[in-house]
Amino acid sequence: MPEIRNMTLNFGPQHPAAHGVLRLILEMDGEVIERADPHIGLLHRATEKLAESKPFNQSIGYMDRLDYVSMMCNEHAYVMAIERLLGITPPIRAQYIRVMFDEITRILNHLMWLGAHGLDIGAMTMFLYCFREREDLMDCYEAVSGTRMHATYYRPGGVYRDLPDRMPQYEVSKWRSEAECRELNRNRQGSMLDFIDDFADRFPACVDEYETLLTDNRIWKQRTVDIGIVTPERALALGFTGPMLRGSGIAWDLRKKQPYEVYADLDFDIPVGVNGDCYDRYLVRVEEMRQSARIIKQCVQWLKANPGPVILEDHKLTPPKRGEMKGDMESLIHHFKLFTEGYCVPAGEVYAAVEHPKGEFGIYLVSDGANKPYRLKARAPGFAHLSAMNELATGHMLADVVAIIGTMDIVFGEIDR
Amino acid sequence: MNRLVERLRELLGARALDLIVDRGEVTLVVDGADVVDVGEALRDTPDLAFKLLLDVSGVDYQTYGQADWRTQEASSTGFSRGVSRAQETVEAPAFPGRFGVVYHLLSVAHNLRLRMKAYLGDEPPRLPSVVDVWPAANWYEREAFDLFGILFEGHPDLRRILTDYGFIGHPFRKDFPLEGHVEVRYDAEKQRVVYQPVTIENRVLVPRVIRGDGRHGH
Repeated sequence: MPEIRNMTLNFGPQHPAAHGVLRLILEMDGEVIERADPHIGLLHRATEKLAESKPFNQSIGYMDRLDYVSMMCNEHAYVMAIERLLGITPPIRAQYIRVMFDEITRILNHLMWLGAHGLDIGAMTMFLYCFREREDLMDCYEAVSGTRMHATYYRPGGVYRDLPDRMPQYEVSKWRSEAECRELNRNRQGSMLDFIDDFADRFPACVDEYETLLTDNRIWKQRTVDIGIVTPERALALGFTGPMLRGSGIAWDLRKKQPYEVYADLDFDIPVGVNGDCYDRYLVRVEEMRQSARIIKQCVQWLKANPGPVILEDHKLTPPKRGEMKGDMESLIHHFKLFTEGYCVPAGEVYAAVEHPKGEFGIYLVSDGANKPYRLKARAPGFAHLSAMNELATGHMLADVVAIIGTMDIVFGEIDR
Repeated sequence: MNRLVERLRELLGARALDLIVDRGEVTLVVDGADVVDVGEALRDTPDLAFKLLLDVSGVDYQTYGQADWRTQEASSTGFSRGVSRAQETVEAPAFPGRFGVVYHLLSVAHNLRLRMKAYLGDEPPRLPSVVDVWPAANWYEREAFDLFGILFEGHPDLRRILTDYGFIGHPFRKDFPLEGHVEVRYDAEKQRVVYQPVTIENRVLVPRVIRGDGRHGH
C-alpha cells in the first residue's frame, strides 16, 4: 500500500494569481489546505527608512509606490499627517479636489481588483471590461498631474495645481484614423470636469454590465459563496478594515464615522455584507464603485461652481508662482529655501488615517522639529488582511486559496513597503 | 476626548504612567511589563471596547533631536559646504528608553482612537507579546522584531518577516546605515547570485536641520 502523507506546496512568488510577489508555503492534505504560511518581504524597499533621510515633500512620491493601484489615497494620508503636525488646513477647493480624486482612485482600485479577481477565478472578460474604464480614469490622472499612475499630486497645504481647462484629446496617427479619433474625443471636448462628469454619468451602466456577467453567474457563485467566511468578531480581532470588515456586517467607514476633508457635506451610502464570505465582499466593493460615482458627481458640481485657490499662499510651505519668482526677490528666496532645505515641522507625533479602497491606511509620523521625518510608519490595510491568510485558507481547497487572495485585494507595494 | 482621558485614569490608576492629549489624539504611556494587562482592560471594558488593533510600530529614539547643522547663528557666520552628519543636538526631551513600541487602537463601538506606548531600555529590548489580546498583533510584532530587534516574549512564531532570508541586523535602527551592509549581484563565473559588501555610498543631499524659531508653529 502506498504511504499517504501531507504534501508541502510552494505557491509563488512568480505566479499570476499571487498578485505580485507572494510566496505561500501550503501544507496540503490531498487537495485540502492544512496550513498556509505566507512569506512576504520580496518587495520590501524600506520606504519608511528612506523617508527618514529626505525632506517631507520629497517622500510624497514614495507614497504613490506603496499601494500602486490606489496612488492618491496613499498620498492623502501622508499629507494629512504633515498638515496636522503643522496645524494647517488646505483651501476648501483643494479639499474637494482631493475627495474627487480619492473616489476616482477608489474606482481605479476596485476595477483593478475586480478585473484581476475575475481573471483568477475564471472570468476573463471582466479583465478587459474593467481596463476599458480604467483607461479613462488614468487619463484624468495624466491630465491633472502629468503621469498616469504615480501622480505626486497632493501637497501639504493643498494640491499641486488646479484642474486643467481642457481635457487632452487623442491625435491622428498612423495607428488611429481621423474617424476613430473623432469617436474617442467625443466626450473630451470640454474641460476635465466635463469629462469626469460624463464618466460619472455613464459609469453606473458599466457597473451594471459587470454585474450582469458576475452577480448571478453560477460559476462565479460557486467560486465565491461560502468561501473565506469571517465572522464580525473575528474580523475585528484580526485587524480587518475597509471592505473586509464591512463584508462581515460591521458598518465602519472613516468617511462617515470620522469624516476628513469634505466628506461630511457629501451624500453617499455605505454598503455592508451579511455573511462575510468572498461573494459578500464582492457585492460590497461593487456597490462602493456606484457610491464613488455618486460622490464624484457631487464634487464635480461643486468644483464647477466654486473657483478659488487650490493651495495655501504660505510660501514657507508651498512654492510661489513661476511668474512671481521672475520679478520678486523674496519669492525667489522662498523657492530656493523650500527646494533646498524644505520646511521644519514642529515636534510631535500624529496618526492620520484615510478610508483607503482596501481599508484603513494610516500614517504614523514622529517629528523632532527637523525638516525630515524622524520616524514614519505606514499602516497598510493589506498587511493585516494577509496575516489572516492561514485562518481563512485552512480547510479550503487549493483553488479557493486563489479566491481568498483575490478577495483580500492584495497589493504587495503596501504590504512589503 | 477629556472624557476618555478621565475614564482611562480611573480604569488604569497607577498603570497609566502618562496621559497626553496632543493635536486631538490621546497617548497612553504604560510600563512595558503592563501591556498585556492594560490591553485586556482596554479591550474588555464595555465602555471602551478597543477591539481593533490597527498597528504596532517600533520607534528608535537614539538620534532624536540631532541635526547636521546649527541654524541659529547661521546668518552671521555662514555655512561651510561639507556636511558632517549628526553633530548638533537640540535640547531633546529625555525618553525613558531608547526604543518605543507604539500600539494604535480603535474602538469601533464607541468611535474612539487611542495610542498606547511603552518605552524599552535594555539591550536586547524585551516586551510581552499581545498576540493573545489581539491576534492581529502577530505580524506587526514580527515586523517590529525584524526591523528593530525588539523581542516579544510569548510570541508564537517570532521570525523575520520583511527582510531577506538570512539577513543580519535590524535595519530600521538608527545606527544601521541607510545603504545597508551587503548587496547582491549575479556572478557569471559561479553561475549564481552572490552577496558582497556594498559598493554604493550614501550622499546626503539635504542636511537635516532643526529650526526652533517656530515659523510654522501657526
